[in-house]
Amino acid sequence: MTDTALNPSAFQAHSDHAHHHDADHKPAFFARWFMSTNHKDIGTLYLIFAIVAGIIGGAISGLMRMELAEPGIQYLPAWASWLAGSPQNFDAGLNLWNVLITAHGLIMVFFMVMPAMIGGFGNWFVPIMIGAPDMAFPRMNNVSFWLLIPAFALLLASPFFGSGAGTGWTVYAPLSTYGSQGPAVDMAILSLHIAGASSILGAINFITTIFNMRAPGMTLHKMPLFVWSVLVTAFLLLLALPVLAAAITMLLTDRNFGTTFYDPAGGGDPVLYQHLFWFFGHPEVYIMILPGFGIVSQIVATFSRKPVFGYLGMAYAMVAIGVVGFVVWAHHMFTTGLSVNTKMYFTAATMVIAVPTGIKIFSWIATMWGGSMSFKTPMVWALGFIFMFTVGGVTGVVLANGGVDDYMHDTYYVVAHFHYVLSLGAVFGLFAGFYYWFPKMSGRMYNELLGQLHFWVFFIGVNILFFPMHFLGLQGMPRRYPDYPDAYAHWNEIASFGYVIMAAGMVIFFINLFVSLAAGRRAEDNPWGEGATTLEWTLSSPPPFHQFETLPKVD
Amino acid sequence: MAIDRNVRTALFATAAVFGMTGVGFASVPLYRVFCQVTGFGGTTQVADAAPGATAGRVTVAFDSNVSPALPWKFAPEQRTAKVALGERNMAFFTARNDSDRPVTGTATFNVTPAQAGRYFAKIQCFCFTEQVLQPGEEMRMPVIYYVDPALATDPDAKSVQEITLSYTFYPVDSAKTAS
Repeated sequence: MTDTALNPSAFQAHSDHAHHHDADHKPAFFARWFMSTNHKDIGTLYLIFAIVAGIIGGAISGLMRMELAEPGIQYLPAWASWLAGSPQNFDAGLNLWNVLITAHGLIMVFFMVMPAMIGGFGNWFVPIMIGAPDMAFPRMNNVSFWLLIPAFALLLASPFFGSGAGTGWTVYAPLSTYGSQGPAVDMAILSLHIAGASSILGAINFITTIFNMRAPGMTLHKMPLFVWSVLVTAFLLLLALPVLAAAITMLLTDRNFGTTFYDPAGGGDPVLYQHLFWFFGHPEVYIMILPGFGIVSQIVATFSRKPVFGYLGMAYAMVAIGVVGFVVWAHHMFTTGLSVNTKMYFTAATMVIAVPTGIKIFSWIATMWGGSMSFKTPMVWALGFIFMFTVGGVTGVVLANGGVDDYMHDTYYVVAHFHYVLSLGAVFGLFAGFYYWFPKMSGRMYNELLGQLHFWVFFIGVNILFFPMHFLGLQGMPRRYPDYPDAYAHWNEIASFGYVIMAAGMVIFFINLFVSLAAGRRAEDNPWGEGATTLEWTLSSPPPFHQFETLPKVD
Repeated sequence: MAIDRNVRTALFATAAVFGMTGVGFASVPLYRVFCQVTGFGGTTQVADAAPGATAGRVTVAFDSNVSPALPWKFAPEQRTAKVALGERNMAFFTARNDSDRPVTGTATFNVTPAQAGRYFAKIQCFCFTEQVLQPGEEMRMPVIYYVDPALATDPDAKSVQEITLSYTFYPVDSAKTAS
């Protein structure tokens, strides 16, 4: 069906006399959604998947905040006995805590943020923004999405086999090797393998699409910044994920086949796992945030009615972040006994990343400066992103200091930091993109009042939730424990209140989503006015099933 | 047209994926070589002969550990020794098999502080080979070592007054092969 779209030149040749009147002809339900090769439909599937995963991951964090709301262990043993169908056992309750934090981390990273940013918005808008009819390999695109389903199923099923995967999202050896019996950890590792394979296939697809399928005149230096961000992200995926695959494959053989890659008894070293994991893990955090940078750049330019300030600087700042992101990994390992010189290098290299990041923040502000700004819902989310990401970036520079990190390592200060850049940075970017493109994707306008309300309730909620964690961390509260001394009770209680406010914000989001899908005002082709200059706004809302049968010319 | 442009790009990308997978696995031997060459993380050196005593002195402390899975007693005969830099020294450890079956063990080792690793050289050590103890057998195990006089000139290491040499004995499990 889309075979002709594979090769734009062939398509162009007959497009003049075969200008189909049925460009919007859609296959039947099963063929359309389960055998899809259409980038927009696959993008929609990714977004639905990410929303479902986000509900599950968010509910798990609700359980965590419930247990942490006051000192002592209140609920965990009861939950564990309900899950396992066995009598209450205190240790099983503590183990359940480890399983919960692991599931929350893995779900949010691999099954919420990545599918939504790259699979969802990337699939939907990268081909349209470069003027391509579809992705380069539509069937591989379908495989990428459907690999996520078994991966997620394996992870969700793992708590029901043995005692669950309570290793933390980092899956550090030796806890993940001889520290965890039973098949649950093997299932979680296999889940990561499959999710990684899905992302690698997606990355190959994006790189090929962006390099080869740009419309005539769409040079690399004219591409919208969102496309640039996905291109850099795809390269990070391509180079980082195989290292994770190698590292966790060695975990599997250590667990099941008697190798000792990470076991000192056989000449291995558990610290090697940390090096390999973070060689993947640090680029991974940029994989999660770079598409957010791209989305925010589009939105800030649109609602300031100005081209983005310093376009080339913005594009190459993302490239620089991607490159430097590969040589800073050991700042996650400052307490593993690195020498002073090594710590000095990783401290300095980490701080260097603040330079391109600063360029981006200043360019966004300069874009707004003197612009004709309107504060529609996508714009307030983008502004929220810039504010939150700056807060998280500042605490990141604090933590980058090897000496300071000796004190802060594995405290709630770190938890606050990475939730400010990810939970508030990446998630604000996602909501900004969602509201920005919702009229284009669905053909209906969202409700502006509910969108604004969602923003303010969510913004207040997450700040009450995460800002006190800075105080807890500075006071020395360690992460990954379900209990704490009474001294930490005050701010933990406030953080749990914040969770409730945040959850109320999410209820508003879902009301808005359903109301707008069912009864939203029909969206015109370009609801944002003259500031929206990228190609998706030249198409109808929603776009035809096959767009750009005649390739657009960009000048 | 030889090969489709898209397929060519995808092949390059796939090659990068396989290359990085290879780098991931290759990091295991690379990491070991890196530690051996640089003394990183307190990895000790191996030498044939000691250069001869010089004026500087340093205290060497001995530490011993046994894996819970190994039914052995294992302890140094002396806790510390004050040695001259460059001097050839010998220290003894005693191991006893408390079980009623022959047991094979192997010892891992390193020194702290980590920056002393590249200056701590072993000429001979029981830790270079696997050790077999019969039921109830007690064995004296020697290590011949010297501390490189270059320790005194390294700006990072010259403040080191005491070097702790630590061993941990593990059972040799026939199913487990050294990676």
